[in-house]
Amino acid sequence: MYPSSKYSSRGPALIPRMKIKHRIYYITLFSVVLLGLIATGMFQFWPHSIESSADWTMDKRSVHDAPLVRLPVSSPIPERGDLSCRMHTCFDVYRCGYNPKNRIKVYIYPLQRFVDEVGVPISSTGLSREYNDLLSAISDSDFYTDDVSRACLFIPSIDVLNQNSLRVRETAQALAMLPRWDKGMNHLLFNMLPGGPPDYNTALDVPRDRALLAGGGFSTWTYRQGYDVSIPVYSPLSADVELPERQPGPRRYFILSSQTAIHREYRAELERLKEENGEALLLLDKCSNLSQGAASVRKRCCKGQVYDYPQILQESSFCVVLRGARLGQAALSDVLQAGCVPVILADSYILPFSEVLDWKRASVVIPEEKLSEMYTILKSIPHRQVEEMQRQAQWFWEAYFSSMKAIGLTTLQIINDRIYPYAARSYEQWNNPPVVKWASVNSPLFLPLIPPRAPGFTAVVLTYDRVESLFRVITEISKVPSLAKLLVVWNNQNKSPPEETLWPKIGVPLKVVRTKENKLSNRFFPYDEIETEAVLAIDDDIIMLTSDELQFGYEVWREFPDRLVGYPGRLHLWDHEMGKWKYESEWTNEVSMVLTGAAFYHKYFNYLYTYKMPGDIKNWVDAHMNCEDIAMNFLVANITGKAPIKVTPRKKFKCPECTALDGLSLDQTHMVERSECINKFASVFGTMPLKVVEHRADPVLYKDDFPEKLKSFPNIGSL
Amino acid sequence: MQAKKRYLILLSTGTCLILLFCLGGLQVPVLSQRGHNRRDDRSLSGSHPGQRWRRFLGPLQTFGSWQPERSDDYNGHMSPRQKREANLGVYTDKRCRMDSCFDFSLCVKNGFKVYVYPVQKGEKMSESYQNILSSIEGSRFYTANPAQACLFVLSLDTLDRDQLSPQYVHNLRAKVQGLPLWNEGRNHIIFNLYSGTWPDYTEDLGLDIGYAMLAKASISTENFRPNFDVSIPLFSKEHPRTGGDRGYLKHNTIPPFRKYMLVFKGKRYLTGIGSDTRNSLYHVHNSEDVVLLTTCKHGKDWQKHKDIRCDRDNAEYDRYDYREMLYNSTFCLVPRGRRLGSFRFLEALQAACVPVMLSNGWELPFSEIIDWNTAALWGDERLLLQIPSTVRSIHQDKILSLRQQTQFLWEAYFNSVEKIVLTTLEIIQDRVLRYSSRSYLMWNSLPGGLFTLPQYSTSLRDFPFYYAKLGQLIRLTYVNGDLFSFVTQLRNSWCMVIVLWNCDKPLPAKQRWPATAVPVIVIEGESKVISSRFLPYDTIPTDAVLSLDEDTVLSTTEVDFAFTVWQSFPDRIVGYPARSHFWDSNKERWGYTSKWTNDYSMVLTGAAIYHKYYHYLYTTYLPTSLKTMVDQMSNCEDILMNFLVSSVTKLPPIKVTQKKQYKETMMGQTSRASRWADPDHFAQRQTCMNKFASWFGTMPLVHSQMRLDPVLFKDQVSILRKKYRDIERL
Repeated sequence: MYPSSKYSSRGPALIPRMKIKHRIYYITLFSVVLLGLIATGMFQFWPHSIESSADWTMDKRSVHDAPLVRLPVSSPIPERGDLSCRMHTCFDVYRCGYNPKNRIKVYIYPLQRFVDEVGVPISSTGLSREYNDLLSAISDSDFYTDDVSRACLFIPSIDVLNQNSLRVRETAQALAMLPRWDKGMNHLLFNMLPGGPPDYNTALDVPRDRALLAGGGFSTWTYRQGYDVSIPVYSPLSADVELPERQPGPRRYFILSSQTAIHREYRAELERLKEENGEALLLLDKCSNLSQGAASVRKRCCKGQVYDYPQILQESSFCVVLRGARLGQAALSDVLQAGCVPVILADSYILPFSEVLDWKRASVVIPEEKLSEMYTILKSIPHRQVEEMQRQAQWFWEAYFSSMKAIGLTTLQIINDRIYPYAARSYEQWNNPPVVKWASVNSPLFLPLIPPRAPGFTAVVLTYDRVESLFRVITEISKVPSLAKLLVVWNNQNKSPPEETLWPKIGVPLKVVRTKENKLSNRFFPYDEIETEAVLAIDDDIIMLTSDELQFGYEVWREFPDRLVGYPGRLHLWDHEMGKWKYESEWTNEVSMVLTGAAFYHKYFNYLYTYKMPGDIKNWVDAHMNCEDIAMNFLVANITGKAPIKVTPRKKFKCPECTALDGLSLDQTHMVERSECINKFASVFGTMPLKVVEHRADPVLYKDDFPEKLKSFPNIGSL
Repeated sequence: MQAKKRYLILLSTGTCLILLFCLGGLQVPVLSQRGHNRRDDRSLSGSHPGQRWRRFLGPLQTFGSWQPERSDDYNGHMSPRQKREANLGVYTDKRCRMDSCFDFSLCVKNGFKVYVYPVQKGEKMSESYQNILSSIEGSRFYTANPAQACLFVLSLDTLDRDQLSPQYVHNLRAKVQGLPLWNEGRNHIIFNLYSGTWPDYTEDLGLDIGYAMLAKASISTENFRPNFDVSIPLFSKEHPRTGGDRGYLKHNTIPPFRKYMLVFKGKRYLTGIGSDTRNSLYHVHNSEDVVLLTTCKHGKDWQKHKDIRCDRDNAEYDRYDYREMLYNSTFCLVPRGRRLGSFRFLEALQAACVPVMLSNGWELPFSEIIDWNTAALWGDERLLLQIPSTVRSIHQDKILSLRQQTQFLWEAYFNSVEKIVLTTLEIIQDRVLRYSSRSYLMWNSLPGGLFTLPQYSTSLRDFPFYYAKLGQLIRLTYVNGDLFSFVTQLRNSWCMVIVLWNCDKPLPAKQRWPATAVPVIVIEGESKVISSRFLPYDTIPTDAVLSLDEDTVLSTTEVDFAFTVWQSFPDRIVGYPARSHFWDSNKERWGYTSKWTNDYSMVLTGAAIYHKYYHYLYTTYLPTSLKTMVDQMSNCEDILMNFLVSSVTKLPPIKVTQKKQYKETMMGQTSRASRWADPDHFAQRQTCMNKFASWFGTMPLVHSQMRLDPVLFKDQVSILRKKYRDIERL
């Protein structure tokens, strides 16, 4: 803006010499120019705003406005797909690059209308509604990029969903014309109805070089495992029909066949089955009296009786999906939507998304020649399993079949998982319906390991200023044979720990960790000083535990390394009057928590407590200076689905004359606060993870009439 | 006017300058940013460049799945039966699939039976192949009658088909063709570890396999016939036949990182097929936490091909110990050698070192059933330089679970030749039986596919292993007893009593039976053998089974308590009479003791609750040899059950409360001549222990030092407060 400022500085000197008329004229002119400049500048700075505003008008355009491309007769034809293509041979992985998000970038070619030299289009339908939906969904997703140079995967806008509407040779030529075609490398084609009469090949007949094919109806001979993606045949019916929700369970019919184009041989066999098994089977066909068209699609008939389709599918436990001329059938989608278990009879068919979906959980696959035994086979499936399959079928449809968007994005996710296998979605993520994800647990320490005794355990004592009692605890613990190290967490910032010489002399290393803040969560920090798997959390006033009891506790922990193994047992109860949870510290017949005032657990739970505690529980505990032990119990029970283990009868810990509810616990407000904790945590976890058990662990020979000196753990206190 | 003119000129130059500045200067970066787009655009023949794909509005046709296939078109064509038969002829050789190359009809009558050709005299056979054959012969699939067989296994050693190898069997082609049952290889399976030879190492076996299936190591995805071939791991001559070593993981250390991040130690081939992969490893070697060592030394004439790095690499190679690296690394690189698979794979798996595959196109072992994403990482040979950063990006939690999964898979499918062979056979059985096959979850979670038999049930809920995964527990118990007085005090919570009458005396008359609250079913054993107590009776409606001997004295409270404990441990045996085993180093054999000890490893089924599935497993999984032995002695069935359950769970059983039921010590007390009174009884049990241990190939029993008591057991509180007060009245 330098020139204008130069001008305006001179301006005042010149203007007074001019006539008023001129002055007004020039000022107007000047401001018009200035405004124009500002406007131009603005557009330059926000180039996108031009585009978007321009696009508002573009939206009105129809498919017919897409540029026309004429294909010369001699234009090159790609080679037929190479059956040996795999990701590592036919896919250029360098284009995808290393990517912190582990997500591939997908580019979609702009729409063009290809015609041959005479002007006849290559496809009778042009861009179909479904392909338009598919591409639009992809362009709205995170996979999409409009920068062709950064793309890893290219999707042509040439619609090849249905081979029947294509001119095969010209379509191939059109593909080869694409600017980035490069032998089909990294190109993805979507096709749902492959092949045509009379042979009905199971893969798209359009020559396509190395392009990946997302095809509906692959057979095991055309499917290139790990390269192609098997997709469902979309059923447009699902967009129109909303089925009422139906819980899994027994249905009116056992088997239903609703397809219309069934080979007469198979229909004869189905009819034979129907004769044998009567009412359990319902065999439907198209209605002869209805005219062709959309209405006939929604109706099925049997002996003059008319049924609504797909609603009737909800009335059956199993629904037959027989192959037609093609292996892939749109009926599969309808059947899944209705929560009916598909019985798939299509030899060699590669089921949709079979690379990631476990179809055994949602369908029954029967060889075509076993059609006549279908009834017996299905009857042998346990009831519980049928219900689970119904639920699974419905969920598969919702997640992966319900729309072109679902189909398209699932396909891209599968390819994405191949390119970034270390970040791939797991079997559970693909296959577990949300209900199961919620209810099931995958314990992080799932391997049945009984760790060796030798490494011992690290005792972590949390202390504030009770030095005398602390020293007594240290002396007591140091007698335990398997103690490997003692860690004192000094939680008092105002006072320094006693000098080194004053500490009791013990046979194992003793470390003092000074904390920055007096927080309860300090006791659960995964300190580097803890080198053993087993951690014994102990309060600085637990002086009653004998070394036999502690050693035995460690032995029990070794048998249950994924649980809290501790001495003070507590219980949670449902208070019917108040309608909420209540904390119970009375001596009961049941246990659902062990307090970390004296408990063994795996160091992993320290890490979980510190870094993975859900919600604001950690802060809540620190703010209230209470309930860290309850929080730990919730955390462990929630992730493992298992109850803690109370060891030995020990109920008094601080002094022999104390009652079991020593010190703090007697306080009524304390109890109320603890109950509050339970309710708070249960609401954060969204469930009550604690498990109630009625057992405790004792040494095998506890209270047995047997010489004490021969017992491994003779000194087990009775209270 | 002069001033006006001057003014105008000034104004216009000023405007021009501003215009230039704005349009020119500002547009330069914008232009350059879009530069290459433009270039492309020209070739796009006038379409809109770099522009977002946008939904087209207006009516569009549907793609056409509305229109049903014209059925006449299809009907007029070939009948499906003919079409299927036509497929049989077309899809052969490399395109073989179960449908086209396997004869299912052989498996219909006798189920899945495997026949092994008799070994011809003078035929040389490697130790590994002998192990394979004897594993099959020892399995429950084996049949000596070829007419019953569904699958055939050659007795000709096909493991090593490398012509330069000393193990190579010559004239195999002719020998195979001459076999009377060959039938062009239909329903045959051919085991192979090495194929092809220098220089191209093709996957050709040097014989015409016809319709036979391949169980082959180092198979590539291009040659792998999905759901027909089986990819097996490459294993060494020393791989144990049975039993097998456990994984090396003893601790789940937190944080899960080990001394090294990624290691490899092995030779490289300098030239020829597959050599590039290992030759380029030095690029990512940093001798700190990524240690990838190669040596050029192999064969006689390695010096001829020596490259400039060889001397340095060889020196570095000798500085590290392979074992030390293996045990102390988080990840282990498994790069291809000449062939796609290498020994490194199984070594890493056993060492709980998460394998990072660098072998493009390798079909991983048992890929049909194992979800390798949960136990290994895939590297891409083309992206070698990314591997360190990929490996570092793996989250701690994932490392923890990957590592545990390596151990599970190693112990479930790989640690012995027998496991590898059985897994292969089970995979094929799953294909043959189709609708009663294992689900993916059964294969990929504890205790693994070899212990979960889908013939029992295909529903996960019927097994004792998946309650946590499915999040629910069944609340019913069931009693299987041989007891009279006991029957009278049954509770409503129990479902049914089955009395197994294994006596030669006739059944008591109906009116002599006490009246009960629950149905009592009496089954008269047909064969009157002791194993019949573990038959999977269809009449058992519940998951939990309480097994009792006729002379057991157990109160209902005791049963109730045991049942509540069992609900927490549904996969274990929970009961009263505990026993222990020990290694007798003087006699070099396992010993059995019924003395009171501080630990135990067995809970006898004379008074124990366990899952119904173990009945099925006992009857089906165990070999006839062991069951016959048990039946002949009328002894040890309880020990065998403990062996079985512990080998499934790898955990000890659970003893509840003080009661012991020491029958060996109660000899002579019972009026009836009990089998416990037999003096040979105890000696027999010693023998059993050792027989069982040798069949399992290892000692599966695990010791426990604790028992479970009711929470207030023998506490000094009012007896009225205790739920299980009867238990204390001993």
